Amino acid sequence: MQLSDFENVTCPVPQADRDRVVLGHGSGGRLSAELLRRVFLPAFANETLSALEDQATVHLPGAQRLAFTTDSYVVRPVFFPGGDIGRLAVCGTVNDLAVGGARPMFLSAAFILEEGLPLADLQRIVGSMRAACAEADVTAVTGDTKVVDRGKCDAIFITTAGVGLVPDGVSLSIHNARPGDRVLVSGTLGDHGMAVMSAREGLEFETALESDVAPLAGLTQAMLDACPAIRCMRDPTRGGLASVLNELASASRVGVKLNEAAIPLRLEVRAACEMLGFDPLYVASEGRLIAIVPPGDADRLLGVMREHALGRGSAVIGDVVADHLGVVTLRTRVGGERVVPLLAGDQLPRIC
Amino acid sequence: MKFLDEYRHPAAVARLRQAIREVTTCPWVLMEVCGGQTHSIVRHGIDELLPPEVTLVHGPGCPVCVTPLELIDRAVAIAAQAGVIFCSFGDMLRVPGSRRDLAAVKAAGGDVRIVYSPLDCLAIAERNPDRSVVFFAVGFETTAPANATAVWQARRRGLTNFAVLVSHVLVPPAMEAILSSPVNRVQGFLAAGHVCSIMGTAEYGPLAERFRVPIVVTGFEPVDLLEGVLSCVKMLEAGQYGVENAYARVVRAEGNSHARQILEEVFEITDRKWRGIGTIPHSGFRLRPAYADFDAETRFAVASLAAEESKLCLSGLVLQGLKKPHECPAFGKECTPQTPLGATMVSAEGACAAYYHYGRLRGTAGVTPG
Amino acid sequence: MCLGIPGKVVTTYREHDLLMGRVDFGGVFKRVCLEHVPQIAPGDYALVHVGFALTRIDEAEANRLLELLAELGELEEVRAGGIDEVPR
Repeated sequence: MQLSDFENVTCPVPQADRDRVVLGHGSGGRLSAELLRRVFLPAFANETLSALEDQATVHLPGAQRLAFTTDSYVVRPVFFPGGDIGRLAVCGTVNDLAVGGARPMFLSAAFILEEGLPLADLQRIVGSMRAACAEADVTAVTGDTKVVDRGKCDAIFITTAGVGLVPDGVSLSIHNARPGDRVLVSGTLGDHGMAVMSAREGLEFETALESDVAPLAGLTQAMLDACPAIRCMRDPTRGGLASVLNELASASRVGVKLNEAAIPLRLEVRAACEMLGFDPLYVASEGRLIAIVPPGDADRLLGVMREHALGRGSAVIGDVVADHLGVVTLRTRVGGERVVPLLAGDQLPRIC
Repeated sequence: MKFLDEYRHPAAVARLRQAIREVTTCPWVLMEVCGGQTHSIVRHGIDELLPPEVTLVHGPGCPVCVTPLELIDRAVAIAAQAGVIFCSFGDMLRVPGSRRDLAAVKAAGGDVRIVYSPLDCLAIAERNPDRSVVFFAVGFETTAPANATAVWQARRRGLTNFAVLVSHVLVPPAMEAILSSPVNRVQGFLAAGHVCSIMGTAEYGPLAERFRVPIVVTGFEPVDLLEGVLSCVKMLEAGQYGVENAYARVVRAEGNSHARQILEEVFEITDRKWRGIGTIPHSGFRLRPAYADFDAETRFAVASLAAEESKLCLSGLVLQGLKKPHECPAFGKECTPQTPLGATMVSAEGACAAYYHYGRLRGTAGVTPG
Repeated sequence: MCLGIPGKVVTTYREHDLLMGRVDFGGVFKRVCLEHVPQIAPGDYALVHVGFALTRIDEAEANRLLELLAELGELEEVRAGGIDEVPR
């Protein structure tokens, strides 16, 4: 996969520190991509990995295709409005499988615990995971636990891996988008990111806003049943809508034009973003998906999505075009147009 | 959101666009002073809504852009010291110093924290009596009262473990410097609305008189910006000059006297260096002698740290609208948003960063898309 | 510079002898220092920057501008109080 060199226009830009990991390396933006390119891909190089989809689909003897994915969860705070790290760890991995068209089946869960973590907290987190697994109809079949000295890890880190089966004929990929395709989203964006922010020390604010964290396999199944021709689905987690679409535009060698007025945002998310100086296009969702669909199927698919509990707020938000290949643009509410670039690192609150 | 959404309404914007088109008969160069205004212009795509005769030059109104290199180095030096909790607004965290930025100090184990309000630092100082809490007090006149209040409160509450690294700059001297330049081509100003909400409009009258330019106090939303442009162009077309207020719901001519009281109490005017421009006399704030014990530069003995700006950087000329970013030999080569050499590339509000970004779409900047 | 957004003052109180307020920015509430706008009252709107109110927003002035723009009658929905945040 080739990642374009998108200039960062966030104020200000991270320094390219050559010999240490910086927080920006985990943001899902350009620095993350560079870390992949410089460190991980060369070490593990193989065709499946290098496609850099959200899940790896491999052929098993006997012709079934297995989807396989893994993710680590380090969210702070550990308990946030609408969920916790446990629910996130299950849904995140389930969703990475689901957006690849797989039916998620089994999970592993590995825990790194900080010495001194209250057992009551751990029980609460594990209880969340059990509930999420039931909701997602997956089974956690294996796991591991390690404990490190106090101060060596921030309360708890969880790594989950998941496997699922991909039905014949399903072949979703970020390389599949074509000019003319429509961009759909399953609901309001940025709820998770701002809900977590509301509880983060130093920036906290009072709100009824909750994370949207939810397992999407039921929705993706309904969508694929109704419309097998869907080109690609992704969940806009870290880095938000903008990062996912930039990756897509680059991988498929297309342009994407978004319509600002059509992008669903809760008032509280907009308000919190205005207050802190964030752009909601880069804020994470954990229970939403983006779908790229052939133009003829868009309206029908929208209807199907809206009938599902997790797709009520679905909307068409833009188009895939043959202009400005690799670049995502936004028609603003007031009639202007601007580029939506890939950020280098995380957004930071600003006074400017 | 009330008092926000109304000023982004497409129909209102279209109406103003039309009105500007109708009054414009010849080319005009306007400068919007404040980085927040530049941000809004870029974010909403307002540049292209203006008739081609109206050129907007992006001014030096971004404290991130104009904080001198040596001050960043001093911040980094303080933040790296053991026992220091270094607090800053988010904007400053990734501004490159001579060798590294505050984010790198954090990566190396420094306790660097982002705060939303300067008052948050006082709470941190109270909770950590055995550590030094240093706040990077950056900003224009808009932020100065908040920062002054934090210092004043620290004194009242006896927080001796609190200190501030001051980097305050003032708008009118910068405008005067731009207008005084023999090669200035800015003909009208959109003045910084939130700065004026504190300082009032009195300072701008003499400038408008002396240089015979229209200065329109302007807000930040699309409707506000276009209102400001409309007022400014109308005056230019009629050969008028003076000060007008196009942001009356927030700005009163007399400003905010309560806020200015705390400024008077804590700060005094001093010469300040502006990154990319140089030293402008009487263009900044420093702590008054009565509050000098809160000065981080003295407390941490970093006042002598000096740094040199890149010789390649032309941002001073760009800021005055005399050179376009892509006319700079370093643009896109030695100087990019990842490796900025000067003020106007450091920040997204900077003209060079904006050009680098838009150039990809329109193929003008020598950096082709894809 | 100067990211400032409007918010509605819900309650006021004193803390460390500073006038403070709980301000509503559209379902998001934050502590704001009102020391520089001592005349402000619950129900008023403030322009807030870095957790401080810079001024009280003058509703009469705001309405005056909007009325000017509404002359063509296209902006009735604007005066009714803002745009739906979730488009249909």
